Amino acid sequence: MLTLIAAVIKRDLKLAMRRQADMVSAIFFFIIVVSLFPLGIGPEADLLRKLAPGVLWVAALLATMLSLPRLFADDHRDGTLEQLALAPHPLGLVVTGKVIAHWLVSGLPLALIAPVLGLQFDLSTEALLAVTLSILIGTPALSGIGAIGAALTLGLRGGGVLISLLVLPLYIPVLIFGAGAVDATVTGLGGEGHLSLLAALTFASIGFAPWAAAAALKIALE
Amino acid sequence: MTDRFNLYRFSSPATFYPLAGAMIPYFVAVSALFGIAGLWLGMLVAPTDFQQGEGYRIIFIHVPASWMSMFIYLVMAFWAAIGLAFNTRLSGMMAQALAPTGALMAFLSLWTGALWGKPMWGAWWVWDARLTSELILLFLYIGYMALTAAIDDVRRADKAGGLLLLVGVVNIPIIYFSVKWWNTLHQGSSVNLAKSSMATTMLWGMLLMAMCFWMYSIAMALMRVRTIMLERERHTDWVKKLIAGDEK
Amino acid sequence: MLEADNLECVRGERRLFAGIGFTLAAGELLYLQGKNGSGKTSLLRMLIGLLPPESGTIRWRGAAIKSDDYRADLCYLGHLNAIKEELTPLENLLAGARLADARLSEVEALAALEQVGLAGREDLACKYLSQGQKRRVALARLVNEKRPLWILDEPFVALDSAAVDWLAGIISAHLQRGGLAVMTTHQRVDIAAGALRELRLG
Repeated sequence: MLTLIAAVIKRDLKLAMRRQADMVSAIFFFIIVVSLFPLGIGPEADLLRKLAPGVLWVAALLATMLSLPRLFADDHRDGTLEQLALAPHPLGLVVTGKVIAHWLVSGLPLALIAPVLGLQFDLSTEALLAVTLSILIGTPALSGIGAIGAALTLGLRGGGVLISLLVLPLYIPVLIFGAGAVDATVTGLGGEGHLSLLAALTFASIGFAPWAAAAALKIALE
Repeated sequence: MTDRFNLYRFSSPATFYPLAGAMIPYFVAVSALFGIAGLWLGMLVAPTDFQQGEGYRIIFIHVPASWMSMFIYLVMAFWAAIGLAFNTRLSGMMAQALAPTGALMAFLSLWTGALWGKPMWGAWWVWDARLTSELILLFLYIGYMALTAAIDDVRRADKAGGLLLLVGVVNIPIIYFSVKWWNTLHQGSSVNLAKSSMATTMLWGMLLMAMCFWMYSIAMALMRVRTIMLERERHTDWVKKLIAGDEK
Repeated sequence: MLEADNLECVRGERRLFAGIGFTLAAGELLYLQGKNGSGKTSLLRMLIGLLPPESGTIRWRGAAIKSDDYRADLCYLGHLNAIKEELTPLENLLAGARLADARLSEVEALAALEQVGLAGREDLACKYLSQGQKRRVALARLVNEKRPLWILDEPFVALDSAAVDWLAGIISAHLQRGGLAVMTTHQRVDIAAGALRELRLG
C-alpha cells in the first residue's frame, strides 16, 4: 500500500520536475497577488500587519486552486487515468498519492515562501513562524478537498471556473483556522488551538477526500 | 422478484409522472391555506414587539425560509444517497428538481435578513455566524446547480451532483462551527437573536408559515420533476403516448 | 472463463445494444465487429468494468467482475496510448508496470522496446517520438504481459505491416499460453487461436 502511494508520488514529482513552468507560475501568482494588496490598501504598517494573515491565506487558496484543474486532466487525456483505474488496487490509494504529490509541488513551496512575503507586511518573527506553520499544516487539506472538485469537473466545459465554485466554499474552515492561527499569535492569544484544529482538518481530508475523489473519477470515466 | 418489480414501478418515471401530477393541486391548496392562516396570525394577530416595533414581522418569512433552505439541502442529500446506493433514476431528478427551490429559500432568507438587519442593526449586512453560514449554503446550492448544468450526460450529472451533495452535507457542520467560532473570536457579539420568551401566537405564526413553505416546496419540486422527466424521457413510449394524447 | 450474459447498453438517450452475450474459454479469441457508433468501445468498457451495464451480467471465473482480483487478471489497451510525453519510453514502461502491480525488470523493458523497434530511443522523452513510435511504446507493454485476459481496442490501427505481423504474433503466443483476448478491429489479421469467435453489434 505504502509502496504504491510512494510510486505514484515519485511518478508525479518526476513529471512536475520535467514541467517546472507550471509549478513556478503558481508560486509567482502567489507572490504577485500578495504584493498587490499593499498597493490597493496603502502602506500603513499597522493596517498591513492586521491584514497580512488573511491576505496570505486567501492568496494561498487561489494559488492552490490554479493548479487543480491539471491534477487529473493530463492523466485523463492521455489514457493513463484509465490504466490507473484498472490497476488491481483501490483507486483511492492512487489518488492519495496524487494528492500528496500535488501538495509537495503546490502547497509546500507556498509555506516556504510565505514568511518572506510576510516581511513585506511587517510581521513579527513569531507571526512569520505562525504563517509558515499554518500554511504548512493547512495546505494538504486544500489539496485533498481540491482533488474532489478536480475529479467532479474532469473533462467538463469551463472546468477551471467550476472547480472554484465547488471547492472555495469547502475551503472556508481551512481559511478560518489558518488565518486565525496567525491572528491569534499576533494578538498574543497563542495559535496552538487553531493549529491543532487545522491539523485535524488536514488529517480528515487526506483520509477521506481521496476516496470521494476516486468515486468521482469513476463516475467521470463511465 | 415481485419486490424488485414493485420498487422499480414506484421509481419509474412512467408511473410517477401522473401520480405527481395528481398530487400537485393538493399541495398548492394546502400551502395557500397555511399561508393565509400564517400571514393572518403573523401580520394581524401577533402583538407588536416592544423593542423592535412592526419591523420584526419579517421573521415570519425569514425564519421559515432559513429552515427550508437547510431542510431542502438535507432532503437533496438524502435523494443523492439513495440514487448512488440503488442507482434509481428518480433520485437524481428529485435532487435536481429541489435545488432551485432550495437556492431560492436561501436567497430569500438572506434578503429578508438584510431587510430586517438595516433597521435593527443599522447595517444591511453583518458578519454574523448565521448569516455567513446561510451565504455559504447559497454557494453550495449554486455549485451544485452549476455542476449538474455543466454535465451533458444526465446520468453522470446525477451521480456527480449526488456525490457533491454528500460531500457538502458532511462539510456543512464543519463549516458552520468554524464560522461560529470565527465570529465569536472576531467581534464582541453584540448581536443576539435568541429570545426565549416568544409569544405563543408568534410561534404559531412561524410554524404555519413553515408549513406553507414546506408544501410550496413540495409542489414546486413535483412540477419541476415532471418537466425534467418529460425532457429526459422524450424518446420513450410513455412520453410519446402522453404527447399524442394531449394533442387529440 | 469470461461470460457475458444479456448485456444492454444505453448511452445518453440511445440504446446501443441489448441481449448481447458470449462465453470465452482459455485460448480463445473474440472479434468484436460493427460499424462506428454500434457500441464496440462501450462493450469493451463494460468488460473492463468501467461502464456498468444497463442490465445483464459479466462474470470472470464464475465471479462478478467488480473486484481487485479481476483487475489483476486483466490487461486493457485502449485507443489512447496511456504514455506520458515527459517520460522516456523506458520510464513509461517501468512506471506503468509498477502502478499496475506488475513485475518488470529494466532488462525486460529494454528487450521489449528493442522488439518494437525502439532500440536507441529508450532515453528520449516520448514527446520527441512520432505517433507511430508512441503507439509502439504502448504496445511494448504486451511483450511481458502475463495476465490472462487481454482486452484490446483497435490494436492494429496506425501500424505498418511489419508491426501488424509482429503484434499478431504476440497475440497468438498469448493465446497459445492459454490466454484469452477480446478485440475490436477493422482489418482481418491472421491470429492462431484455439477458437475464434465473432460478435457483430448493430
